[in-house]
Amino acid sequence: MNFDKELNARGMSCPLPIVKTKKALAEMTSNQVLKVISTDCGSVKDMAAFAEQTGNPLLSQEEANGEYVFYVKKK
Amino acid sequence: MATKKMAIIATKGTLDMAYPPFILGSTAAALGYDVQIFFTFYGLQLLRKDLSSVMISPLANPAMPMPVPMPVMVQMLPGMESMATMMMKQKLKKHGVASLEELRNLCLEADVKFIACQMTVDLFEFEKSEFIDQVEYGGAATFMGFAGDTDICLFV
Repeated sequence: MNFDKELNARGMSCPLPIVKTKKALAEMTSNQVLKVISTDCGSVKDMAAFAEQTGNPLLSQEEANGEYVFYVKKK
Repeated sequence: MATKKMAIIATKGTLDMAYPPFILGSTAAALGYDVQIFFTFYGLQLLRKDLSSVMISPLANPAMPMPVPMPVMVQMLPGMESMATMMMKQKLKKHGVASLEELRNLCLEADVKFIACQMTVDLFEFEKSEFIDQVEYGGAATFMGFAGDTDICLFV
């Protein structure tokens, strides 16, 4: 998937992946896509909750080798 | 849709109990909430410029996981609190948990408002110069003014 910006949240625990995602999105423009890579298994539910509550669509999420990759579109 | 609001009362000044207000405050702000944290009694310690005196004690804290079981008589010894604090900070770092300073800064960056309880500041004879500059001062009525209109209101 194409993306405009990447956030490396590897090694970070709650709430850092979410807070850093919010900060990264704040620097982007509408319809741009942010790729977030996390190693925190808690971020799977949290990222979905973040997307739902903020209205920034979570386009996809995948897991590979203990890493979670999310694509969030800025609303 | 109106902006959601969250208010937290932070009354504890130990390392473990310092985390919930800052974690929930920074997260709620990231989710678009308007957040205020009211610091009173021992919670005021979390507003100090220097947070190095915020500690955790194994004493009277039987739920704290310890690497080896430790009798209360040993927990009382001088230096045990510093040691427990050092070990907890190492553990937090190893697991990628942000430091209190970092979480507090994330709150401030996200415009989380910090209110210090004027009565307890006076009670403990704290100087305002001991606290970070972003603190505002107020009383119970100030808190109610914001809390009365919130979606989430917590006492920590």
